[in-house]
Amino acid sequence: MCDSCGCSQPDNSVTIRKPGQPMSGSGSADHHHARKGRLIEVREAVLGKNDGIAAHNREFFEARRIVALNLVSSPGSGKTTILERTILALRGEIPMAVIEGDQQTMLDAERIETAGAPVVQVNTGAGCHLDADMVHKALHQMELAEKSLLFIENVGNLVCPAMFDLGEAAKVVIISVTEGEDKPLKYPAMFAAASLCLINKIDLLPHVDFDVARCREYALRVNHQLEFFEISARTGEGMSAWLDWLRRQII
Amino acid sequence: MHEMSLAINIVELVSAKAQAAGGQRITSVELEAGKLSGVMVEALVFCFEAAARNTLAEGAFLEIREIEGRGNCLACGHSFIVDSLLGQCPQCDGYAVEIVQGRELKVLSLIVDEE
Repeated sequence: MCDSCGCSQPDNSVTIRKPGQPMSGSGSADHHHARKGRLIEVREAVLGKNDGIAAHNREFFEARRIVALNLVSSPGSGKTTILERTILALRGEIPMAVIEGDQQTMLDAERIETAGAPVVQVNTGAGCHLDADMVHKALHQMELAEKSLLFIENVGNLVCPAMFDLGEAAKVVIISVTEGEDKPLKYPAMFAAASLCLINKIDLLPHVDFDVARCREYALRVNHQLEFFEISARTGEGMSAWLDWLRRQII
Repeated sequence: MHEMSLAINIVELVSAKAQAAGGQRITSVELEAGKLSGVMVEALVFCFEAAARNTLAEGAFLEIREIEGRGNCLACGHSFIVDSLLGQCPQCDGYAVEIVQGRELKVLSLIVDEE
């Protein structure tokens, strides 16, 4: 049922089926309504405004050789802990700053500040993702050094942040081994949009069923160019490869 | 629920266009949405109705033209329809697929009443 007019447009973006059942054929017939009045041609991207602000952010970063990384993951994958460890490791070597995105609270910003990096917290309220304008406004409250790293910790959500360009150089997707290794198949958009994948909490591998090789294989199906690092932000295992990757971005 | 943000973006975009053209009321909005654009059509329609309240687009019909996803296999060059970002080449079973169509999300046109 079409929600707007009550006509019988097939409803085909939600599919409901049992395991083994094939995807039912979609019959999306053209949906024509009588169009009266004056036609105005638009042909503009829905997210054109966001993309314009993202391009502005990107120019700002590139002019100052700031490498902005958009960190995306489910809630609880360890984004903030990874940042804390990263800041402690690279402090004094590379200037770093952080934009923290959460629906509520200053908790993450306080942790980052304690770790020793300048930070601005964006509280999105009900919003499920950061957008380019929020980052732009956050940038106006920061003084970023040339040749520095800017980590943008997005709202914990594996769906919506994939759609919104912030002007970053790359998206880094984080998955922890306490999640399912099939997440890249279930949430392909984020893995498709990312350049790098951190598999975190590998110190817990002996206690969970997570199959790292299979997770990598699934993620590569979605994005054959994705790079991986297996890390434990808690024990520091594997962190040096990630830190070296960050050093290479700055040069 | 990024559909609410998208709906707000659509309403802002079409309201600005209608206003610039001297339209008094938007009766219909034509949107192109690729099947791989990450948009849930039902949710977008629902959100659009809410976002349009108290704007020139209040009550406007949102007409959505869906576009098939298409991928090119980077291994064998085969071009085929894909229904998710997890496209697998039907010819060589490869997963290295370049998505060439289906991510579009664009307002194509709108219709305004003059009075």
